[in-house]
Amino acid sequence: MIKINLPVSEADIRNLKVGDEVSLNGIMLTGRDSAHTWLLEEKQEDVKDLLRGSVIYHCGPVVKKENDEWKFVAAGPTTSIREEPYQGSVIKKYGIRGVMGKGGMGEKTLKALGENGAVYLHAVGGAATLQGQAVKKVHGVVKLEEFGVPEAMWIIEVDDFQAVVSMDSHGNSLHKEIKAASDKVANELIGI
Amino acid sequence: MSFKLDVDKFKDAITELIRKASTQLPADVMSTMEKARNKEEKGSPAKSVLDYMIKNADAARDNSTPICQDTGTLIFFITIPEGVSLRKIESAAAEAARSATKKSYLRPNAVDSISGKNSGDNTGIMAPYYHYEEWDKPTIKIELMLKGGGCENVSDQYKLPDSRLKASRDLDGVYKCIIDAINNAQGLGCAPGVAGIGIGGDRASGMVVAKKQLFRKLGDKNSDPELAKLEKRLYTDLNKLGIGPMGFGGLTTVLGVKVGAAHRLPASFFVSLAYSCWADRRCTMHFSESEVSYD
Repeated sequence: MIKINLPVSEADIRNLKVGDEVSLNGIMLTGRDSAHTWLLEEKQEDVKDLLRGSVIYHCGPVVKKENDEWKFVAAGPTTSIREEPYQGSVIKKYGIRGVMGKGGMGEKTLKALGENGAVYLHAVGGAATLQGQAVKKVHGVVKLEEFGVPEAMWIIEVDDFQAVVSMDSHGNSLHKEIKAASDKVANELIGI
Repeated sequence: MSFKLDVDKFKDAITELIRKASTQLPADVMSTMEKARNKEEKGSPAKSVLDYMIKNADAARDNSTPICQDTGTLIFFITIPEGVSLRKIESAAAEAARSATKKSYLRPNAVDSISGKNSGDNTGIMAPYYHYEEWDKPTIKIELMLKGGGCENVSDQYKLPDSRLKASRDLDGVYKCIIDAINNAQGLGCAPGVAGIGIGGDRASGMVVAKKQLFRKLGDKNSDPELAKLEKRLYTDLNKLGIGPMGFGGLTTVLGVKVGAAHRLPASFFVSLAYSCWADRRCTMHFSESEVSYD
């Protein structure tokens, strides 16, 4: 397990390879469909400093408010590929070093990871209670009213949030390898 | 004799049904996951991912928090005694959904498709949604499924014949469609999943048949010998794809395959796949005038 403290340097990120298990610590932000289009409208002042060197997490959490303080109850990853049209530009514009979600992303993002020095981190889907427990504090939330709970950008402090590097900054993608192998088996079974 | 529905009691019972479905992985799914973990190679990502999933399911049950933050679409399959008011049932179920959202058993998950606005309480147009049957027992049975978006997005529907797959209008053609669909899904539907399959029907009823299969226990056996054979063949071959838990590779790509059929038009032959993620959240409630039980 490789410990990563956020914000992280480009050199540390370039050292990571597909298959590495990492433990994230520090402040990161959630962001999914609405957030990604909003992030590209202009350089958003509310989040630009927080995103530099940090991780954007594709997650729409279950939250609750206790004594005026937000708490994360359940916070697993959502499917990342929906952000494929935007992700590369978001990485470049905000200097993000990690994109975390599930299912992996496509060629455009893989290229952006290499060009900008970033990785794709795969969190276990559906394991939301454990991942919610790794969120120690909610520091704030951006666009809650407009985007709703799942789509808002939550500023969260995590402690030992675990994930696997499944796309690195050297052009490798675990998803591409697995897909190529399973395509071969599937075609044999189907007889095409 | 008509069934007297105590609406308040009924609402609370459904709230509890939602809590159980969201926070407690069914026992048959849990034991299948444990078997899968034991089978995967020592030190493999597949084994550690399954282990993490199982630990998460235990923690969710212990803390009464959602297994997955995507608490899904609320799909109710309801069986009623003669004469029970559907309007009363739906108003109680909607009230229960609101209450379960307030208690954080559910994420606000109903978005207006035109304005993009989240209703905030899991109710809206066709949300939740309901299927009905009637029986002659003095009990209301409610089967609830919480179907997440990731696995719904990789669900699919084929129309036979399919020339790309060289699939004709027979069970072998059905087999080819499902191999193709699960291969396309990769890890995106949170593998290892459960494949609910509907053969025939129209585009809507075929998918209902597919979804209904997901209520079957993983260890059960199809009463139709032909379909039982197809389930077994698909289960064995899908697990040869090597996609594995979360698509990281491994021996476990599906936990189960369940097939049902409906009559079709002579002109149509649909194959519908309702894919459920490993967090296969379903729970059944029996509600009579005197008692409530859950399974």
